[in-house]
Amino acid sequence: MAAAAKAGEATLRHAFGNVLSFFILLLIGVLAFSIRLFSVIKYESVIHEFDPYFNYRVTQFLTKNGIYDFWNWFDDRTWYPLGRVIGGTVYPGLTLTAGTIWWLLNSLNIPLSVETVCVFTAPIFSAFASWATYLLTKEVKGAGAGLTAAALLAMVPSYISRSVAGSYDNEAVAIFALIITFYLYIKTLNTGSLFYATLNAIAYFYMVCSWGGYTFIINLIPMHVLLCIVTGRYSSRLYIAYAPLVVLGTLLAALVPVVGFNAVMTSEHFASFLVFIILHVVALVYYIKGILSPKMFKVAVTLVVSVGLVVCCAVIAILVALVASSPTKGWSGRSLSLLDPTYASKYIPIIASVSEHQPPTWPSYFMDINVLAFLVPAGIIACFLPLSDASSFVVLYIVTSVYFSGVMVRLMLVFAPAACIMSGIALSQAFDVFTRSIKFQLLRILGFSEADAGDGSSANVVPENDAVKVDKSEETIKERPSRKNKKKEKEQMEKAQAEKTSAKSKTEKRLLVLPMELSVIGLLLLVFMGAFYVVHCVWAAAEAYSAPSIVLTSYTHEGLHVFDDFREAYAWLRHNTEVDDKVASWWDYGYQTTAMANRTVIVDNNTWNNTHIATVGTAMSSPEKAAWEIFNSLDVKYVLVVFGGLVGYPSDDINKFLWMVRIGGGVFPHIKEPDYLRDGQYRIDSQATPTMLNCLMYKLSYYRFVETDGKGFDRVRRTEIGKKYFKLTHFEEVFTTHHWMVRIYKLKPSKNRIRGKMKKSKSRTSTPSSKRSGSRKKNPWQ
Amino acid sequence: MEALLRPRIMLSLTIILIPIFLFISGASSHQIRINNAERRIDLSTHIVKVFLTLKVENTGKTSASEILLAFPPTQVDHLAFLEALAATGKKKKKTYVSLAVKPTQLPDAPNETNYYTIVLANPLNTGETATLEILYILTHSLEPFPVEISQSESQLVYYRDSALILSPYHIKQQTTFIKIPSNKVESFTRVEPTDRAGNELKYGPYEDRPPYSYSPLLVHFENNNPFSVVEELVREVEISHWGNLQITEQYKLAHAGARHKGIFSRVDYQSKPAFSGVSSFKHLLARLPPRVHSVYYRDEIGNISTSHLRADSWKISELEIEPRYPLFGGWRATFVIGYGLPLEDFLFESSDGRRYLNFTFGCPLVETVVDKLTIKVVLPEGAKGPSAVVPFPVEQRLETKYSYLDVVGRTVVVLEKKNVVPVHNIPFQWNDLNILFWGSKMEKKKRNSLLVMLVD
Repeated sequence: MAAAAKAGEATLRHAFGNVLSFFILLLIGVLAFSIRLFSVIKYESVIHEFDPYFNYRVTQFLTKNGIYDFWNWFDDRTWYPLGRVIGGTVYPGLTLTAGTIWWLLNSLNIPLSVETVCVFTAPIFSAFASWATYLLTKEVKGAGAGLTAAALLAMVPSYISRSVAGSYDNEAVAIFALIITFYLYIKTLNTGSLFYATLNAIAYFYMVCSWGGYTFIINLIPMHVLLCIVTGRYSSRLYIAYAPLVVLGTLLAALVPVVGFNAVMTSEHFASFLVFIILHVVALVYYIKGILSPKMFKVAVTLVVSVGLVVCCAVIAILVALVASSPTKGWSGRSLSLLDPTYASKYIPIIASVSEHQPPTWPSYFMDINVLAFLVPAGIIACFLPLSDASSFVVLYIVTSVYFSGVMVRLMLVFAPAACIMSGIALSQAFDVFTRSIKFQLLRILGFSEADAGDGSSANVVPENDAVKVDKSEETIKERPSRKNKKKEKEQMEKAQAEKTSAKSKTEKRLLVLPMELSVIGLLLLVFMGAFYVVHCVWAAAEAYSAPSIVLTSYTHEGLHVFDDFREAYAWLRHNTEVDDKVASWWDYGYQTTAMANRTVIVDNNTWNNTHIATVGTAMSSPEKAAWEIFNSLDVKYVLVVFGGLVGYPSDDINKFLWMVRIGGGVFPHIKEPDYLRDGQYRIDSQATPTMLNCLMYKLSYYRFVETDGKGFDRVRRTEIGKKYFKLTHFEEVFTTHHWMVRIYKLKPSKNRIRGKMKKSKSRTSTPSSKRSGSRKKNPWQ
Repeated sequence: MEALLRPRIMLSLTIILIPIFLFISGASSHQIRINNAERRIDLSTHIVKVFLTLKVENTGKTSASEILLAFPPTQVDHLAFLEALAATGKKKKKTYVSLAVKPTQLPDAPNETNYYTIVLANPLNTGETATLEILYILTHSLEPFPVEISQSESQLVYYRDSALILSPYHIKQQTTFIKIPSNKVESFTRVEPTDRAGNELKYGPYEDRPPYSYSPLLVHFENNNPFSVVEELVREVEISHWGNLQITEQYKLAHAGARHKGIFSRVDYQSKPAFSGVSSFKHLLARLPPRVHSVYYRDEIGNISTSHLRADSWKISELEIEPRYPLFGGWRATFVIGYGLPLEDFLFESSDGRRYLNFTFGCPLVETVVDKLTIKVVLPEGAKGPSAVVPFPVEQRLETKYSYLDVVGRTVVVLEKKNVVPVHNIPFQWNDLNILFWGSKMEKKKRNSLLVMLVD
């Protein structure tokens, strides 16, 4: 009777806990969504930065023309005159997601614009991502850790920086896809269910659709499988979790046009196939071990190992030869720069030139994950007590992502979920210990007998864990009759054993009781730390990461001042130039120009053609006439430069100029970086080299700049410019924005140039040639 | 078939009607004489306003009820607005009665002259005189010359007209005054007596000119006022059940003056505003109704931060907007202005249970010509049988729009008019628009019959 009552109480508590965690999850979702709305409230509902503008444009195309036109879309408004096959070179996950949301809303007659849907896609998916984190962590360490991890992820600054409202980039949905794939993998690993394995492959497919970072998954999971095999944790569940993923996942991944045959050809995927083979060998070994007697097995092993080793060596040798024959060893440039952090700066300046591909600094870790950095080690330790398949996966995840985030700032984003999971586990375990000790101590103080207290603690102190355990055992009971499988039963045995061990550890834990004062102080400190984290996250979301970067603001004594120069220039281009005019600018502004100004650009942020970018870089670093010729050969009509010298906007073209020289010089050797540097220093003042002062970028940036203040003081470089008065002969200023941040020049038509040349030659050369020109004039055909 | 038949019927109708018109007009042109005509042409902005005062006398034997106004074909295309008032009473007790004006065709019109008929309130008997005050507004009538100017030049325009008033009647005495925005006049045609005083040119008085006298007149002068033209304006007025009137206005704005040529130098524009870009404009003023709220101003790439609103709950609210960049000749910009208004200020219930909305027809921008204006009045879902009552010719049609979670869709009354000028600040009430429609079923249950009428 008493046992039944206890069970009833447990189920009630269990139900109550479920309802509570449901509402907590709902609130976490709301939190994740609303903390990302600072950008809309402080600025406006607008697409941010550079890449999101491209995604927005693609989504517009998709919603207007439908999916089939989207796959076949050849974009002639970019990379002129080459164009770009958008359908085959873009990860379509994000656009398809937003397009589907838009289509759904519109078929319900909710007339939201494509822009609105795009702006809010990222916050919605952050809510999904935090729920996925809950599921993943719950699989690893129970619901308490799951809730904590979800709450931490909902507001981790690193993730906020990529998913504020308006930041419509691949990562917005990819992080959700990443976590859900991991969750489904762990779920399959824990249950051995083919249903989850299939779901896992589909989630992986969604991840492949969304982001190039899917290679992280397809390398991390094999690593974990290998780890399990090596540590003797092989089970049929592992096989079910991995084999379908590789087969189905690779097939599905090959369906995505941008991946295609890369899914089997490139070295990024090689590890998964190798592990696939190893897994099968191991499975075979375990199978044979099962049917043979130990003695026979030993004989078989020696036989197979001797033959197998020879075969393996041959196969591996062939593979190595194949891989080695390709120049990049079958790796893409970005992946290589991950494996060898110095690779990009040595060989591919275009990857190195992107600020988000730089290694992060220590402060940026504190900025992006804050107190989690201190909680992560505790979480790792917690994962080892006891080490399960799931927790070993999480440990592996965090170790690899720490390395990757150390190579590229951008991959901090992959690290953030791992850090949240680890910190969630750590916090939840710490709370567990503290609250349990407090309860234990309280009961003792209140005068219960030691034994009663012990009993009470077993019933009350770890209710959630107990509930979970009870639930699990119930489930297994339900499952048993339905699946009469030997393997299953084996698993059950294993589980029971595991439970026994966990029960053992529980008894050990129960002994781990801290003094009252210590636990209270510890709890307070933890709460304080959590509060600090929340404050930091809100600050980061509100101040650091919500600026859309196309609108700049500054606070002066007169109040808020808005710098809206970029859109001013793009709007001017959009309305006051011909539809087919080509605009040349450095590649950073390519996506924005096509999306906002609707004009054809020469290069854009999809840096697929290094030579083309180098051509533009060369033109920018050449003297005016040579630049004119380059641009004219590309049919360019307008040249756009970004200049921050008047208002002190630091990320302008003059500051990026050395990259143009480097990238241009990488292809066209007549551009030499030392020509632009005075004693290794980059300067634009009177000490600057003549090459620097005569290059197009300098001239277009500082044309008539001296007339603003009479001295030509550049507020970014904090110096007076070197060459103040000069005229442009091949370009003319057609538009400069209000704060001079964007300057647009038009190429003068070639006719005038020739006439000017003739006049010059006339004036320069003395009498004999003037005679000749005189005779030329008489020629009626001239 | 029906569509084919209709023009035929029209044709036959006009054939029947022509002799009647012939008779009337033929009779009136002989019997009516204009004793005194005074014309004041205001060229201070790019919208040409002409005030014409006619003292008409019936010298014939029968009474006349119609007076004809003649326009050369070049002007009639640009005629945006025409209003005639009859003045009665003596100087201090003068009252004005608005008269009906309608376009008329005459078969014997010389040189494709176009006519408008003013229908007098009381027929003019033999020997009687009447004073008519006529205002007409011409758009796109100032032709920039030179066609292209650089940033430092100011804008010169041509204005072409006739020194003598074109009229089918004998005019005894006439004078024309032309008001010019500044003293800078490059040239003007002399038709003696011609006089120039400051910024006003005076042509006349000319005595005893026969019908259809014409004397070409060309004035070449400086006009640096903003030539702001909205090439296309779509105003959407959405009536909400929840007591709100949401207006969304989509503008395609252009500077219709002399085209900008060559470079645009920001340093000149900012440091020498008096000499650089004098004909360009960067501000626009929109007059919005009182109690306006939730005003926004944006374009397809986001919010435009340069605007100021002086909202007032009693007076007209003023919204000062700046396009993203100053507009030079030939430059274009598009933007959207949206705002909400309390419905009770505009929606009224008439005695028979109908409702009508009173709302401004034209463009809220001051001193701006609208080439093509489309007004879409979105009625609440389920509203039926709308009808628009408009005192001037507009194209009308119905559309259906699906908005938030609509099932059957909302009826949209679409009205289109070309060549619209702002006449809010002119004391003529012409811009009234009535739309009648049956309300939605839901409301019908509450009130037996509900007819919503929208006016503006």
